[in-house]
Amino acid sequence: MAWSFHERAPVYVQIADRLRNAILKGEYSPGEQIPPVRQLAVTAAVNPNTVQRAVGELEAEGILVSRTTQGCYVTEDAAVLARAQQNAAKKLIADFARQAGELSLDRDTVIHMLQEEMTDECTGM
Amino acid sequence: MNVLECKNLYKSYGTGRYVLENMSLSLPAGRIVGLLGPNGCGKSTLMKTVAGLLMPDSGAVSVAGTPVGEETKALVSYLPERTYFNSWMRVGDLVEYFADFYRDFDSGKAKGLLSDLHIDPSDRLKSLSKGTKEKVQLILVMSRRARLYLLDEPIAGVDPAAREYILSTIVGNYDPDSTILITTHLIADVEPVLDEFLFMGYSGKILRAGTADAVREETGMSLDALFREVFRCSANC
Repeated sequence: MAWSFHERAPVYVQIADRLRNAILKGEYSPGEQIPPVRQLAVTAAVNPNTVQRAVGELEAEGILVSRTTQGCYVTEDAAVLARAQQNAAKKLIADFARQAGELSLDRDTVIHMLQEEMTDECTGM
Repeated sequence: MNVLECKNLYKSYGTGRYVLENMSLSLPAGRIVGLLGPNGCGKSTLMKTVAGLLMPDSGAVSVAGTPVGEETKALVSYLPERTYFNSWMRVGDLVEYFADFYRDFDSGKAKGLLSDLHIDPSDRLKSLSKGTKEKVQLILVMSRRARLYLLDEPIAGVDPAAREYILSTIVGNYDPDSTILITTHLIADVEPVLDEFLFMGYSGKILRAGTADAVREETGMSLDALFREVFRCSANC
């Protein structure tokens, strides 16, 4: 199934986001090899050079480590993964805060609603 | 050495108007390039000229360093905008026909692709739908190991699911030694598979070129949105 992309960001950024999320969700474990660029390109129906650029971004972030001629692996450095998780959470919360602000809700109401939502989430309701 | 080199091409159909006017273009190896432009701007004329089916009025075209002619037919795999096969032929006959014609044709690959798309090799072309005929033609063209692929509207007539499969096939065929030139109006579908795009206005004028991701980064627009903007007013074309 080809991946779909929205219009607001470059395709390579969206691929990097998607791979980063897959790693943070544990779809790929620390030390595990991710599929080769070519295979990802065919699955996603995306240009291989664009996929390579996304992989390059994740290498620069330290989330992926390439071993020459052996492909790319998820880092085993727990600190790097923890930082990536923090960054992803920060971004999510910043988006949420901005959108909540646009609804002109007061801060306490939003925090209260968020707490309730997360309690429901945890108890599986 | 560039896979495609066009220098100062002029082509008219005898109407006093140039379809290609002083057009120059170089494409290196290992690229998937989108040739995008409004109807009648000369995209198909350019492809036919590179395929050796039309003679330019003047100018030079070469493929992998060889001037276009008999020899370059072995280097170029061309998908015309219309199907040209005899309707009485069976799909399997065409696979053999292509294997006879082209030394670089991979019959095994063609048969695999046909089976993925549930096309029966014993079916006659006349019994196939328009979209299925187009799929057959694309499979034959992509089953060659050419240096230059010219795909004129490869996905226009096929359903969205097959479109995805075809785009994946094009990506899977990626080879650092060969280049794929695609024309299409379905820009949003094709954008993710492109390395580069060329916006072609009337008379074959290249108005804009670059990578799709650079367009998104610099303008905040998708390639499709930029196309609509560039070609909105006819004064620009």
